[in-house]
Amino acid sequence: MRYKSQKVAYWFFALSMLLLSLQIIYGFIMGFAHMGYDVLHTYIPFNTARAVHTNLLVVWLLSGFMGAAYYIIPEEAEHELVNIKLAYIQLISLALVGVVAIVGYHFNYWEGRKFLEIPRPLDWLVVVNVLTFLGLLLTTLFKGKKKTTTSMVLTMGLVFAALLYLPGMIWFDNQTMDSFFRWWVVHLWVEGVWELIMGGILAYLLIKITGVDREVIEKWLYVIVGLTFISGILGTGHHYYYIGTPKYWLIIGGIFSALEPLAFLGMALFALAMYRKGEKNHPNKLALSWTLGTAIVSFVGAGLLGLAHTVPQVNLYTHGTLVTAMHGHLAFWGAYGMIVLAIISYTMPNMTGRNLFNSVNGSMAFWLSNIGMLGMTVAFGVAGVAQVYMERIMGVDFGEVQKEIQVHFGILLICATMFTVGISLFIYEFIRYGRPNDEAIIIQ
Amino acid sequence: MLSKSQARTFFLGGTVLSFAVFIGLSWNTLSKEVPKNTHEENLSPQVISGKHLWEKNNCMGCHTILGEGAYYAPELTKVYERRGEGYIKAALMSKTPWSPRGRKMVAYGFTEQEANDLTAFLKWIGETDLNGFPAKPKYQTTINQSK
Repeated sequence: MRYKSQKVAYWFFALSMLLLSLQIIYGFIMGFAHMGYDVLHTYIPFNTARAVHTNLLVVWLLSGFMGAAYYIIPEEAEHELVNIKLAYIQLISLALVGVVAIVGYHFNYWEGRKFLEIPRPLDWLVVVNVLTFLGLLLTTLFKGKKKTTTSMVLTMGLVFAALLYLPGMIWFDNQTMDSFFRWWVVHLWVEGVWELIMGGILAYLLIKITGVDREVIEKWLYVIVGLTFISGILGTGHHYYYIGTPKYWLIIGGIFSALEPLAFLGMALFALAMYRKGEKNHPNKLALSWTLGTAIVSFVGAGLLGLAHTVPQVNLYTHGTLVTAMHGHLAFWGAYGMIVLAIISYTMPNMTGRNLFNSVNGSMAFWLSNIGMLGMTVAFGVAGVAQVYMERIMGVDFGEVQKEIQVHFGILLICATMFTVGISLFIYEFIRYGRPNDEAIIIQ
Repeated sequence: MLSKSQARTFFLGGTVLSFAVFIGLSWNTLSKEVPKNTHEENLSPQVISGKHLWEKNNCMGCHTILGEGAYYAPELTKVYERRGEGYIKAALMSKTPWSPRGRKMVAYGFTEQEANDLTAFLKWIGETDLNGFPAKPKYQTTINQSK
């Protein structure tokens, strides 16, 4: 750590870890409900648990991205964050909006639109919050000595993410129109601008960990984010197959979705090539594991498993089944969950001055969470494929099918437990690092 | 070999081009095709009020509609055709959790008026042209047979 203000990142990471823990709890509630043990129905019905689970995911990832930006931007721009106090206010307001939204979901205070359940009045607070964040970031960049490609790509991702939130706030009487613009937010976030954020963080980590020349890394970063947008923007078409939109989306969506894994493949090859090219003497092996891990798992989860059901002929049967949950879990984990854990693993020793990266707990956290999540993905996949065959091809009633596939949720819960142990160890290590301190600042 | 500035051109050029095509197609979809496919002329105040209820109660948190939502409860795009008005209204107005096969729905206890609005919404959406979704099962077995 070189700048005092980079310490702000710690608190965003702490909030991120807290929300991740809560997300897991609500995941268990849903897993049990799917198994037939909907015991909390009166207090936390499924739609509440579901909204809380997915919204916590979004907020913990955003909090992680914000922390990453607050750490990376001062260092890349070679300038202290312009206003530390404002950054803390932004953190607290983010936490408050999150808490109010999540509590509200328990009292029917929401907008029933998948992933965008935050009610309209709170949306405006999110806007103010994100504007504050971007304002701080951009002023720091502007005043700084350097504008590196890494910091520009990261900032561009964050700015676009903010802009794309807006179409999701417009009311439409027509469900198809509503859905059309909802995907501008959801799809163009996760298969578009969030990949810029991921790419920016990944490039930063690779520069620091492998020691490969910045020019080389940043050149490939451009190629990857280029591939992301070329495939991802028109790839939005795979959400427009069967929602009342014209047929040409079947062709456009089909072709460009098939290209989407290329961006993730590029990311994986890029990370591995830089690792092989670079010096292998960086002591923080744990950060390296998470960095290479995110590049590889995102390719499998987001790239390949996404491709597995974006072919229109397949999607006709899998659309709106547990097959989507299969892809969703490994995609979010691999691409975004792991990149946040990677940047946390890299920055914690730098912020606290303590080097705990060789601990057994740390490696156990990596392997248990990854194996657990892979197991969950398989369980969702088996349940999903069985559902598709029974319900969509054989014409068995939805409720009957759900009973048949309950058993897979048992396996899901076992794997989820393994995942939870992994995450608990990660958080235990996070706490063990203690608070960031000024003694950890390295003056160059 | 590719230089950094060429890579940047690839990124910026590709992005601008893709985005332009996307906006063009979206414009065509929203201005011409969607109103036709969704029979926008049938969007009555009652249907719209049904959509408000649909969102206010986060029905998508369990069900899917147009294949979107959660996978805990049945797909509802064609529910009007599948179950008919009486069944739908009974589920919506029930004061105890509706649970035909053990899985519970929240007991909303909607008024007659609200149930009518939601049913109108479901009827409207069922008439949308969805490019063949949901596919008709190849083998009809237990669908539509109440137990």
